[in-house]
Amino acid sequence: MLTRDRVRLIARRLVQVAPVIVLATFIVFGLQQLVPGDIAVTLAGDNASDARIAEIRKLYGLDRPFLVQYGSWLWGALHGDLGRSILSGEVVIDSIARRFPTSLLIVGCALTLSLAIGIPLGILAATRPGSRVDALVTSIASLGVALPNFWLAMLLVATFALNWNFFPATGAAPLSAGLGKALLHAALPSIALAAGGIAEVARQLRSSLVEVLSSQYVRTLHAKGLSPAAILWKHGLKNVSVNLLTVIGLIFNRLLGATVVIEAVFAIPGIGSMVVHAAIHKDFPVIQGVVLALVLIVISLNLLIDVLYTVLDPRVSQK
Amino acid sequence: MKNMLARTLRWARRDVRAMLSIGFLSLLFALSVSAPIVAPHSPTAQNVNNTLHEPDATHPLGTDDLGRDVLSRLIYGAPATLYASFLAVAVAILLGVPVGLLAGFLGGWVDDGISRIIDTLLSFPAIVLAIAVTGALGIGLTNGMIAVGIVFSPQLARLVRAQTLIVKQELYVDAARVFGASLGRILWKHVVPNAIQPVIVQVTLLLAVALLAEASLSFLGLGVQPPQPSWGAMLARAYHYMEIAPEQMYAPGVAILLTALAFNALGESLRVALDPTNRRR
Repeated sequence: MLTRDRVRLIARRLVQVAPVIVLATFIVFGLQQLVPGDIAVTLAGDNASDARIAEIRKLYGLDRPFLVQYGSWLWGALHGDLGRSILSGEVVIDSIARRFPTSLLIVGCALTLSLAIGIPLGILAATRPGSRVDALVTSIASLGVALPNFWLAMLLVATFALNWNFFPATGAAPLSAGLGKALLHAALPSIALAAGGIAEVARQLRSSLVEVLSSQYVRTLHAKGLSPAAILWKHGLKNVSVNLLTVIGLIFNRLLGATVVIEAVFAIPGIGSMVVHAAIHKDFPVIQGVVLALVLIVISLNLLIDVLYTVLDPRVSQK
Repeated sequence: MKNMLARTLRWARRDVRAMLSIGFLSLLFALSVSAPIVAPHSPTAQNVNNTLHEPDATHPLGTDDLGRDVLSRLIYGAPATLYASFLAVAVAILLGVPVGLLAGFLGGWVDDGISRIIDTLLSFPAIVLAIAVTGALGIGLTNGMIAVGIVFSPQLARLVRAQTLIVKQELYVDAARVFGASLGRILWKHVVPNAIQPVIVQVTLLLAVALLAEASLSFLGLGVQPPQPSWGAMLARAYHYMEIAPEQMYAPGVAILLTALAFNALGESLRVALDPTNRRR
């Protein structure tokens, strides 16, 4: 499995990811440079006195050169110190740690749903290209991509929570309150999130599987008398599984973003509602903290996928 | 160019989905331009005696929580929506296309640097980065859509770079260089026209993404500010009255869905029509 070539490739990936992480931290901190005018005036709020503005400037070290500010922020971030919220005074890293499991549960459930429904749909469509089933799956996928997820969330709440009382309409329950209760709260948000994910998985899987199934070697397998089922399971899906890894990375990134909007609909106290509130009130330590946490998670997952890809795909080590 | 137009027309007659999309989008555009004439009421005129009213003859889609006519707000939401989508995509094109062209054409360390930045930007969950940039620039529709445009520009840059890498190998580009054409002239006269087709498709699909992003930002209160109408903002209000007037959320949601479907369908049809391996004579 782990030949020397592969170890070398994985090591190279690790080295390649370092500048991406550094650039990401730079972009995250640079966000505050986009504020028009003097940021200290903005942070001090409306009708702040000159003394208050000067105090804010001193407090956040805004009188120092940008690179010095970036350096000290990065140094703090490396030690788990992302500062305090300007609005609430709460330590940012603590808020993130407290709220993150709630968001992650929803994203995890949505990812599971996307794969559990999207993969069978994609296979169904790809094995019968041009058929009615294919047309139906393609239509469902088009709908899933174009559907505003927060609107779907509202429709779900109106139907299943307000009308029929199957699910709670708002809020979240931590895993410590019991798995059943947590999942019951996560159900509607996850379904609303998963609609786009299902569509994306079905579409991507269909197109890559159609390509594999119409290739020369599959035709050869047919000629050799192998059954369609055996071709699909042994050869088709095996080839497509590597593509699927890439799709999982892509979907995870999308779901992580989309949960920000979904959390607003369900009044879920996750990191999404945290970053929206912070953005409206220009609470930069919170904005920077949450965005940094999210981008680091995405980069780590993509790295993990790259490593798995290197291990799983026999073609990689031959290059 | 004339050839391309003729081909487009021939394709449009054959492709029902594309015709429907173009028809719907034209209607939307017509509504946007003529909103003050077409809309039965003012989109901001309140009537506290007639709030959350069910549809009737004077208010075909009912009234909202402030007694404003929902149909009129829906019609006035169309120009806001189209403005938002086209602004975001224009920003993405202005930033993404030149950067992609330069990275692909110049290669070397310029390409390495730009590609690394593109990779990094694409690692951010797009809507979260858009929210953060909007927060920094200041909330509002224009700032929000500039933010969305910035966030989606790396996608275009990556596509244009890949296309440029292919086109730059062509003999006619070498020929132009031998004849002493400037970098700008080579890019504009030779690379852009030959690399543009997948970009047109991607741009059409991005219009749908930008539309959904606008709706999300306005729903969250970061986009269109009251009392201006926008479909996302209408849904945000409807959300607060979901228990007593659930019908408030149908019309704006359907409007967003249909417009996004139309942009996507047009993009997919263009992909098929512009694909050189798919060209029927």
